[in-house]
Amino acid sequence: MPQKSMAKKTAYEKIREELKLDAKPKMNLASFVTTSMEEECNILMMESFNKNYVNMDEYPATTQLHNRCVNMIARLFNAEIGENENAIGTGTVGSSEAIMLAGLAFKKKWQNKLKAQGKPYHKPNIVTGANVQVCWEKFAMYFDVELRKVDVGEGYYVMDPTKAIEMVDENTICVAAILGSTYNGEFEDVKLLNDLLLQQNKKNGWDTPIHVDAASGGFVAPFLYPELEWDFRLPLVKSINVSGHKYGLVYAGIGWVIWRSKEDLPQELIFNINYLGADQPTFTLNFSKGSSQIIAQYYQLVHLGREGYQRVMEKCKENAMVVKQGLEKTGCFNILSKDNGVPLVAFSLKDTSHGDEFKISEMLRRLHGWVVPAYPMPSGAEHVNVLRAVVRAEFSREMAEKLVLDIENVLQELGKLGPKYTPKVTKIAKRKIIVRESNKHHKVLAA
Amino acid sequence: MVITSAVTDPEEQTQSLHSTFASRYVRDPIPRFKMPEKCIPKDAAYQIINDELMLDGTPRLNLASFVTTWMEPECDKLIMASLNKNYVDMDEYPVTTELQNRCVNMIAHLYHAPIGDDEAAVGVGTVGSSEAIMLAGLAFKRKWQAKRKAEGKPYDKPNIVTGANVQVCWEKFARYFEVELKEVKLTEGYYVMDPVKAVEMVDENTICVAAILGSTLTGEFEDVKLLNELLTKKNKETGWNTPIHVDAASGGFIAPFLYPCLEWDFRLPLVKSINVSGHKYGLVYPGVGWVVWRSKDDLPEELVFHINYLGSDQPTFTLNFSKGSSQIIAQYYQFIRLGTEGYKNIMENCRENARILREGIERTGRFNIISKDVGVPLVAFSLKDSSQHTVFEVSDHLRKFGWIVPAYTMPPDAQHIAVLRVVIREDFSRGLAERLVSDIVKVVDLLDTLPSPLSTKKAHVVAVANNETSEKAKKSALETQKEIALYWKRLVDGKRVGAC
Repeated sequence: MPQKSMAKKTAYEKIREELKLDAKPKMNLASFVTTSMEEECNILMMESFNKNYVNMDEYPATTQLHNRCVNMIARLFNAEIGENENAIGTGTVGSSEAIMLAGLAFKKKWQNKLKAQGKPYHKPNIVTGANVQVCWEKFAMYFDVELRKVDVGEGYYVMDPTKAIEMVDENTICVAAILGSTYNGEFEDVKLLNDLLLQQNKKNGWDTPIHVDAASGGFVAPFLYPELEWDFRLPLVKSINVSGHKYGLVYAGIGWVIWRSKEDLPQELIFNINYLGADQPTFTLNFSKGSSQIIAQYYQLVHLGREGYQRVMEKCKENAMVVKQGLEKTGCFNILSKDNGVPLVAFSLKDTSHGDEFKISEMLRRLHGWVVPAYPMPSGAEHVNVLRAVVRAEFSREMAEKLVLDIENVLQELGKLGPKYTPKVTKIAKRKIIVRESNKHHKVLAA
Repeated sequence: MVITSAVTDPEEQTQSLHSTFASRYVRDPIPRFKMPEKCIPKDAAYQIINDELMLDGTPRLNLASFVTTWMEPECDKLIMASLNKNYVDMDEYPVTTELQNRCVNMIAHLYHAPIGDDEAAVGVGTVGSSEAIMLAGLAFKRKWQAKRKAEGKPYDKPNIVTGANVQVCWEKFARYFEVELKEVKLTEGYYVMDPVKAVEMVDENTICVAAILGSTLTGEFEDVKLLNELLTKKNKETGWNTPIHVDAASGGFIAPFLYPCLEWDFRLPLVKSINVSGHKYGLVYPGVGWVVWRSKDDLPEELVFHINYLGSDQPTFTLNFSKGSSQIIAQYYQFIRLGTEGYKNIMENCRENARILREGIERTGRFNIISKDVGVPLVAFSLKDSSQHTVFEVSDHLRKFGWIVPAYTMPPDAQHIAVLRVVIREDFSRGLAERLVSDIVKVVDLLDTLPSPLSTKKAHVVAVANNETSEKAKKSALETQKEIALYWKRLVDGKRVGAC
């Protein structure tokens, strides 16, 4: 820490200059996370930056808004609650925290059940697909739960319900299905899982529940595919998490977790504390945090309403189709994402003799500024590499067309290049090249 | 956001000419339970929400909280500009990550971590001290488990020793991560953890002893040095090697500037990790905390995840993943803007204002001061005579003047003591201190004229005996009634105070 203070302006300028070297979010097709909101919302956020959300006594209106968001989202997921009844759920900092809370609830419930039956309860496990996002692995590691992953297969890149229920035993605290797989945006077949699991539960009486990780899909499915049954309409689904900062259309830092009913959230996990003189219940991993994103989420829900969200999602889907069709026309790619899924396009090369997916990603970044990541599929299909372009709300039709053009351009460049791009360069080194190249590119932008 | 609707409905066209308050949107009921079907114009949405939020309290009059409520406008600009940056996306926003690493290094050096001048410290930014404590606790638990496994001993009953004055996040940690919480009870007159008693409670299943620098209730610094000495002795005898964690959530940005000779940090060999809240005396808005470890060995590798995030390899060891970057940038701004000199000046001001307040309160002759001079700048005080009126009433009446000064009872075994606590933050000036004293005098005089409430004479707390549903001691039925009434009263009063 420097000894002396410096003038406010100097500090501000210094940091601003440095931050210019960060990338511009618009060209980043790697992330689901929202990067642009309306000015009115920005003002609301700034004004509430100094409100400590957890201080419910001091900021009751903010708390009200939070509760309303929970109620709205619970009803969006068809939770079984009355017209004016309060839903059970909470806002979190993101889906990671939401998943940990949901997992904790399952673990406690399962432990209580086994304790009551007089059976050992030290080896809980959770069944999920190998395509899970890292936070499930974190949950498993931090909370001492065994993670049982169902391998994917070539051509089938999500969790297979039949294989999943085979892995269930009496120590399974829940089966986690993903609505909107990170790798290719596909929705897992929660209905089939529910039906098979119901049958199995009848036979063995274990009563294994389901959790749906709807981090990306939770704000897509209700608007684009309202007939798709994946939420609380299925009786075994006990909790759902969704990221407010993905298709919830809010900046990074907000997620939601909703439980089906009071019974699904063990009372002992809720702390009733005397916070600054007032009694209040708390069940989150984080305590003090800013209120801005909660207010922003409410703004979006109220400003857009169902109609607005539907329009946004339809637009995203259209733009995703534009990209997908453009790529198909080149004849060089296999499309691994599904039409019915999160609006993104996951594609792999049919022929890698002139360069593989990593090369395409690197060239797209270097020559055109697009950030389109490439990575291998999860366990069971690791030999398949995929490029993934996420279509967010701020991704316009023009950008979609430009992306296709730029990819065609890259293909042409590759065609010009001679022999096979040598695989002797390791993945880490490739990554370093990409980062170095992108930094160069960004420095050019900044100057 | 590309959601400008093409207006085809003629009624909608005329609507856009009306001022917001003339439109139908402020007549329609506010959506509370279900998402509205239709969308509404942005100005209407903004106005509706803005008006509701007017009913929130004014952050700066809130003397209950440590959490920062004001930052310089330049910093606000930086925060605005980085609202849309996802902090975890290190590949996309490398500079933001760089700033985080610099903050970690600065804090580690502030705490005399045994690292070279150019060496990278081991630590991470978190959303607050809750997450920081959970990470630190996890690291201890893992380390202890690995040690016991290697020794071939059972490792299923870890425990942690701490004072009964801990903040709730330790209890959360204990419950969520299945660690037994062994609390050292307080006594009247000694409201922090007694190192002698703490060391007695340590056994072979203890993963660490947690000391607090800046107790929530009285702002006092626990004697970490004494704890270190006693624990070193015990470790020699038993060979258990029990480490110490210092929860410096509030004190971590006070002690190095006001009491640099006080040894509480990595200068003591048994201290392995420290957490501090950036959003308390780190002078940043809510949403940032820090945890630093002494060295790489104190953070087990298996807890660090190397993931393929958006195509590149990066290590992650936090409970939260995606989150905003604003607070991290704000923290860095404060570090370079103020420097150690600036922080020292601010903390000295806080201490001075606390002294003014304390002396003013003492002069009334009606209160005992519970907080210590050496500690976090706050004043905790109790009524000398609680037979007629309680501190809860004082708190309630102070609300009418616009002050939020909480009152609460101490934890076991000092539940019969109830205190009022005023936190002196950066933006609490001397003028405010003097006005508060005069308002306290007014309240005390007013109470003298009022009859005593029939129910309770003293704040009385009954310790709960039943099950694990509540960790904090439950209040008697009457007391709960009182508190509920108080809560609603505040809600109503707050509305009158907070607006315009």
